[in-house]
Amino acid sequence: MAVTLDQTIAQKQHTFLSRLFANQTFWVVIAVILACLFLSFATDSFATSKNIYNITRNVTFVAIVALGMTFVIITGGIDLSVGSVLCLCSMVLAVTMHAGYSIEIGILATIITALAIGAFNGVLIAYIGFPPFVVTLGMLSVARSLAMVASNNTVVFQFGPDHQKLLALGGGAWVFGIANPVLYMIILALITGFTLRWTKFGRHIFAIGGNEHAATLTGVPVKQIKVAVYMISALSAGLAGIIQTGWLGAVTTNLGTGMELQVIAATVIGGANLAGGVGTALGAIVGAALIEVIRNSLGLLGINAFWQGTFIGGAIILAVLFDRIRNFRRSD
Amino acid sequence: MSVLELANISKHFGAIQAVNDVSFSLEAGEVVGLMGDNGAGKSTLVKMIAGNFRPSHGTMHLEGKEIVMHKPAEARQHGIEIVHQDLALCNNLTAAANVYLGRELRRGIGPFRILDYAAMYKRAGQLFAELKSETRPRDLVKQMSGGQRQAVAIARTMLSQAKIVLMDEPTAAISVRQVAEVLNLIRHLRDQGIAVVLISHRMPDVFDVADRVIVMRRGRKVADKKIASSSPEEVTGLITGAIEQVA
Repeated sequence: MAVTLDQTIAQKQHTFLSRLFANQTFWVVIAVILACLFLSFATDSFATSKNIYNITRNVTFVAIVALGMTFVIITGGIDLSVGSVLCLCSMVLAVTMHAGYSIEIGILATIITALAIGAFNGVLIAYIGFPPFVVTLGMLSVARSLAMVASNNTVVFQFGPDHQKLLALGGGAWVFGIANPVLYMIILALITGFTLRWTKFGRHIFAIGGNEHAATLTGVPVKQIKVAVYMISALSAGLAGIIQTGWLGAVTTNLGTGMELQVIAATVIGGANLAGGVGTALGAIVGAALIEVIRNSLGLLGINAFWQGTFIGGAIILAVLFDRIRNFRRSD
Repeated sequence: MSVLELANISKHFGAIQAVNDVSFSLEAGEVVGLMGDNGAGKSTLVKMIAGNFRPSHGTMHLEGKEIVMHKPAEARQHGIEIVHQDLALCNNLTAAANVYLGRELRRGIGPFRILDYAAMYKRAGQLFAELKSETRPRDLVKQMSGGQRQAVAIARTMLSQAKIVLMDEPTAAISVRQVAEVLNLIRHLRDQGIAVVLISHRMPDVFDVADRVIVMRRGRKVADKKIASSSPEEVTGLITGAIEQVA
């Protein structure tokens, strides 16, 4: 019997499994699980609750910023300023609270700072047409310098009347003994995932990354959305800054130095494409997790810490290599 | 009554006169071929109808009412749709997502509204079936043939009750077999009572599908006649200037 057009159209082209196997994030999850299993057997100290607690907490700061970065990278942009913005925001919080203001006012000031920086980046990029790399590279320098100005380059470790509240916010474990930063990360990841998949805003972000010109022609408010994604990225850095301040109990002006590269590495390992149009919330989290597991395991296995960069760099290249191989096969 | 009536439309960019005193009208269910050499003013004319440019002089009437448009979204509200030469598709999105780009369907209450994937897949599927195109709403545009991509871009124009569809070189970059497919899509739009303006360099396509041909040269309209009473030789002459002008 001849196959009709309708039958061909109705036929599903991808099964659930084939889509899963073609997914970079899936393979990174597998890699993280395998690494964890291996380490649990190979070392005594990996699978202890204390070490797991440490890992999960360390993952969160990079992961939270990576969630914000994911928005920017999907539009085809980049935000190099996140590490410095994190530092500036921590410092704004610390200085405000140190001056005797309540934690609420401190957090409000921090969030306003973050949004203002994001809006500045975004307006320059979207409306004046600056390349994102250049604008955020400039902001990387500006934000850290402002943090130094704000604190006179000192360490702030006294946070005024709400000192204890701040430490509890970042360092506590309010639900089932899960470290607070991990809870924040999970909540933010859910919000990010929801936004990307289920909202018009999320759809438009992917459209801009796929074909910005087409998005403009079809009436997508491209410029406003671009400003919004840089504000989200800066906001995520600000939130991570607040949490990290509470966790560390002290802020120095070298906080978050080089963090932008870790964050970008996490999103790329998790499957985001720097050319735009591809990225997920889960990817950002597992990317950050893989980096942290690698770092943690090197220490536990007694490998010289100098090798850390080599292994993390290798993971970045390997993750993207898989993607390239898949694309080669497709284009053949 | 004509769907669209252009009267004495001109457009200049500084000292350059891109379109000079052009008048014509479009009827419902009519395919008009708009031809001319590069720089003849076709694109500028179409961009004025699509709301990208405002005419320097002249008026446009849509179904008897004068319209002034400031941006493409307003043209769309008036029922004027355009299929861009590069199709304006996002490769990383599905066919349905591309069809609905910029006017996504949502469900929910008040500010809590989420994308209505099911409804968009369903309607996009119906549109592709209507266009008799072998296009699956869930497939990524990245994996599609030229004809399928055209179908996605054309399905976009069918979402709302379009009165006029402007097509900019729809057959310029696709295979011979797909050209036939696209011409069928154009006939389909015409049968629905939509006025189609087909901008093309390809003489056979225009003579195959159009009812009328308008030829532009150096910003002026030099011919506006029924396909039946013209010939490819005559149109070529008009485009190059070998024939000055016909009534």
